Amino acid sequence: MHLIIVAFVVGVVFSLGLGWSGMTDPERVLGFLDITGRWDPSLMFVMGSAIPVYMIVWQFVRRRHKPILDEKLHVPTRRDIDKKLLIGSAIFGVGWGVAGICPGPGIAALGSLSLGALVFVSTYFIGAKLEGFFNAN
Amino acid sequence: MEPSWINAIWGGLIIGASAALFLLFEGRVLGVSGITGRISELAKGDTAWRILFVLGAILGGFIASNIWPENFSNIISESNYLRLAAAGLLVGFGTKMGNGCTSGHGVCGIGRLSPRGIVATITFMAFGVLTVFILGR
Repeated sequence: MHLIIVAFVVGVVFSLGLGWSGMTDPERVLGFLDITGRWDPSLMFVMGSAIPVYMIVWQFVRRRHKPILDEKLHVPTRRDIDKKLLIGSAIFGVGWGVAGICPGPGIAALGSLSLGALVFVSTYFIGAKLEGFFNAN
Repeated sequence: MEPSWINAIWGGLIIGASAALFLLFEGRVLGVSGITGRISELAKGDTAWRILFVLGAILGGFIASNIWPENFSNIISESNYLRLAAAGLLVGFGTKMGNGCTSGHGVCGIGRLSPRGIVATITFMAFGVLTVFILGR
């Protein structure tokens, strides 16, 4: 029960951060990726401020060995760099560069009643499903 | 209006805080593609929280689009649905294959200094830059 509530609250706060940061503006994202053209570096500050906050809390949580409301951590432990990681991330990067939208901002923009976001999120789910068929081992 | 980099810092702090709260309370990674990628499997006991996260993120996006409408105006007016659909398919496929997107690899992965998160982020950033360089904005 607590997981459902925490996930909902975290979802709300996360989207507020995305909306405030400018990540929901595809033009800004494409401007950030356009390093050889009219580069807009401002979105670098999004990761630049998000990561340190996370790092500090991670140091605390890893020493505690378990989260407050669960018995164990569900954090990935894999460290190997495999082909799927590289190729998948490359394909994601191409898609990100095509429209300037990644999954989080796409879902957040659904709340702004953007029809474009609905197209993006629908096809995003189809793409993820296709990967399951394509890479079924 | 605040300069865009100040909004990027504030938004980033909120994004980092939301991801940190999810880690602290539930021990889970706030990775949008990781959370959404398994919704369609409808695994018992492992689906409701994922849906609630998405609903929360949509509500957060609704609130954010009323507070910072300028950060949503471009995605609302975007009407090149073919481009959005192509991007959605690639992003869905790539993030599923590479086990993560900007939030999971970029914030949580790098925040834990995970080699996979760091390599994935460098890869999708590089391919995002390359795509914008080739296709233009």
